[in-house]
Amino acid sequence: MVPSEVAVQEVSTGQPAERVVNDFSIQVATVNGSGSQTANLVLLRSIFQMGVPVSGKNLFPSNIAGLPTWYTIRVNKDGYIARKKEIDFLVAMNPETAREDVLSLGPGAAVVYDEPLKLDVLRDDLFFYPVPFDKLVAGVCTDAKLRRLVRNMIYDGVLSNLMQVDLSQMEKALSRQLGRKPKAVTLNKGALEVGFEFAETHLEKRDPFCIKPMDATKGLILIEGNAAAAVGALMAGVTVVAWYPITPSSSLCETLIDYLRKYRIDEKTEKATFAVVQAEDEIAAIGMTIGAGWAGARSMTSTSGPGVSLMGEFAGLAYYAEVPAVIFDIQRVGPSTGLPTRTAQGDVLTTAFLSHGDTRHLMVFPSTVEECYEMAIEAFDLAERFQAPVFVMSDLDLGMNTWMSKPFNYPTKPLDRGKVLDEETLERIGKFGRYRDVDGDGVAYRSVPGDKMPAYFCRGSGHNEWAQYSERPDDYQRNIDRLARKFETARNWMPAPEVEIDRKASIGVIAYGTTHWAVVESRDQLKAEADVGTSYYRVCAYPFRTAMASFIERHDRVYVIEQNRDAQMLSLMKLDLAPELASRLRSVLHYTGNPIDARTITDSILLQEGYRVEKTGAATSIVPRNAGVGGE
Amino acid sequence: MASVTSPSRGKKVNRIGLEAPQYRGTKTTLCAGCGHNAISERIINACFDMGIDPALVVKLSGIGCSSKSPAYFLGSAHGFNAVHGRMPSVGTGALLANRKLIAIGVSGDGDTGAIGIGQFVHLMRRNLPIIYIIEDNGCYGLTKGQFSPTADLGSKLKTGVVNDLPPIDMCALAVELGASFVARSFSGDKKQLTAVLKAALSHRGTAMLDVLSPCVTFNDHEGSTKSYAYAKSHDDPLEELSFVPYFDDITVDHEPGTTQEVVLHDGSTLYLKKLDDDYNPLDKNQAVKVLSDTRARGEFATGLIYVEPKKPDFLEVLNMVDEPLATLSQERVRPPKQVLEEIMDGLR
Repeated sequence: MVPSEVAVQEVSTGQPAERVVNDFSIQVATVNGSGSQTANLVLLRSIFQMGVPVSGKNLFPSNIAGLPTWYTIRVNKDGYIARKKEIDFLVAMNPETAREDVLSLGPGAAVVYDEPLKLDVLRDDLFFYPVPFDKLVAGVCTDAKLRRLVRNMIYDGVLSNLMQVDLSQMEKALSRQLGRKPKAVTLNKGALEVGFEFAETHLEKRDPFCIKPMDATKGLILIEGNAAAAVGALMAGVTVVAWYPITPSSSLCETLIDYLRKYRIDEKTEKATFAVVQAEDEIAAIGMTIGAGWAGARSMTSTSGPGVSLMGEFAGLAYYAEVPAVIFDIQRVGPSTGLPTRTAQGDVLTTAFLSHGDTRHLMVFPSTVEECYEMAIEAFDLAERFQAPVFVMSDLDLGMNTWMSKPFNYPTKPLDRGKVLDEETLERIGKFGRYRDVDGDGVAYRSVPGDKMPAYFCRGSGHNEWAQYSERPDDYQRNIDRLARKFETARNWMPAPEVEIDRKASIGVIAYGTTHWAVVESRDQLKAEADVGTSYYRVCAYPFRTAMASFIERHDRVYVIEQNRDAQMLSLMKLDLAPELASRLRSVLHYTGNPIDARTITDSILLQEGYRVEKTGAATSIVPRNAGVGGE
Repeated sequence: MASVTSPSRGKKVNRIGLEAPQYRGTKTTLCAGCGHNAISERIINACFDMGIDPALVVKLSGIGCSSKSPAYFLGSAHGFNAVHGRMPSVGTGALLANRKLIAIGVSGDGDTGAIGIGQFVHLMRRNLPIIYIIEDNGCYGLTKGQFSPTADLGSKLKTGVVNDLPPIDMCALAVELGASFVARSFSGDKKQLTAVLKAALSHRGTAMLDVLSPCVTFNDHEGSTKSYAYAKSHDDPLEELSFVPYFDDITVDHEPGTTQEVVLHDGSTLYLKKLDDDYNPLDKNQAVKVLSDTRARGEFATGLIYVEPKKPDFLEVLNMVDEPLATLSQERVRPPKQVLEEIMDGLR
């Protein structure tokens, strides 16, 4: 950099900025299939190792290689790890998107870029750091094929220097990431050093963003939601897994397969205590899951929206014939093929009613990776307890991104196999009827093929208590009313909501799934910026608890925040609420495919509450609706 | 095992001590004269004769007239009447959960040939140990007589509507896909069908049986190629079959060179007395050719078409423990605490 250029820039952006420590976002813009994921994870892990709360979100195309991909790391000392709209530090490695990437930055952001792109001509209010990647990588890597992959590690070295991340932390993270390939580690280490050295000798740090060690990640783990769910299924004792690949669900079953192969091989016989089948499609996958559940195994499948659509008919069969099954729906943007690599919460309504006729399904909504694990375990218990399909509604943001978490706890409850008929029970109830409500809770006893108990014919056609084919109106109605009763019984068995009441707040916020993270941050923003307090109800399952109505009752207005266009959760809630309570509900909707951010929520609530948000330059002022009228 | 009680005086019991009536189901609601009823009877006979334990049998079906029939045999066995065309997946799941079950799947030409063609293909590929019976009448009886994909080109409905699409030869398709046991029979041929059913019960792998089963109500008229009359006059048996179960000490007398012996998985023997052509059911190419030739003549080959007695079945390939997965205790399926700790350590 020519000194005079540096001087000009300093003047344009005002004073050399005060340091911004542990509170900014880094975005790496690269091309997918170029090995950037390794570099990104090394960066993420280094910051995590330094004890600073961090999240990583991958925005990748529905493609194998060659299209733009953006990885955003949010560093936040207060633990806010939801997506932040603004990018503070850009690493521009993709010539195709570089221009737009730079132009979309706010003033005062920093840019590390591939020198030949000459991005510094585009803006005069940013901090530019050109790096000659091709020259540098040539010195580190002689194999032309590997250069493309190793190249990205150089920006980690550069960032390490600029952001004051210890290079040793990067190296430690690198070993973690590529541990099993010593040659790759050495090669990449070289790239890290080269990047660091270059920054040290050629780049003068002028941006404010840096990282300082903290103590907020001690003992925590880093894991993707799908992997967490896989661990949960493993600990739940799953024995039959039938699946069909689909983005963003595949990694759940693939990770589970690895765990099963490692931990569920019988020591003595070296045989498997599980069966995994990659079915020919999602219909076959759910069919196998149901066949296995009927025959007494803990069975599951995992899919995304399009797969759930295909599973409709079988879902209705499992509901009506009362067969346990666990289905993971890692939601992505629909409708139809939609955006396969973007996140959404758009399957709530379809799944609640999946199938024709009067059908209603049990659902759980994990918000954290820990809940992916715990709710997976619970789902198997619930499926067998209620002899029904249970849908675990995760999403792409949770499933495929890397999240911090407390380590998971070993389950303390034994497996709940539900009401399975045995000799003792048979004696007590006298005569076995598969659909006989002997206990009044709507849940009958079931026998299982090969268990020596009386058999029955499982069918999706109308049946009586003895599982005989019946077209009688009274048989039909009694049975389907019992199913409603069973659903009602399930209400208090499903995971309870997380509720935080602010006694002084007149408004409440309801959310579920990954929206939670943006809500946490937004509630603090509302309080800090506009002194608006909120209570918070996080939905964890369907059917809803009665606490939901109570929550709405104590607030004048309640904002239901979700990531779909049609306010699906709000709509589902309305079915259960008295009209007066339903009328208090408002929506905050975000459905672009990016994970929702706190600012979107805050601005929307303020607007709906009658505040005006005024932005002058970099400052924002919030003006209540009545202000300035009558001399407030 | 069902408990063995002393037989009522004079009543015949099979080798596990059960009487023939214990293999029956409820009364049929199908039309009088329906081919499916005859098939149900043969299933009852075959299971009784072979000493199959109903407590281990799972009856599976899709949707259709044929899919109703499992209620009419082996009443004390579990059954699952699934959704249209998707019984193979349910059967696969059930066997994964419990590998000791004896699966008998009943489907129709619509259930398998139309909506179920996809699942059929993959079932044949996997060689799941299941007896898969297609009760084939060339039409959709339950929905009042539309053509099915096995209806022959040019055949006519009672209403005069002519089928203008070529049929799928389910047996040829099965052979092509690698099925390990493919046979065709006719609901009216008691001897052949019984022999083929018993052989199927002795086979380990998918035993695919295409059984012509005329629909007296919708497809038994002149112009149909699946009527009783047509079946009887265009049946082309490949061999004369007799079956000796492994537990019988019978020897079959035959002239040398005229009979082929096929030993099945459980040790039972199928004797194939050659008729006209020298047919070898162990030869896949020959199977494909004979099916094609008979089709060209407007006839249908019956008997054992193809068999591969030693082909590994799907469950073997999965290398599961011997005990059914559904019966494994918590200790065997929930890894210990150290495993979770190990996984957590790897993620710190």
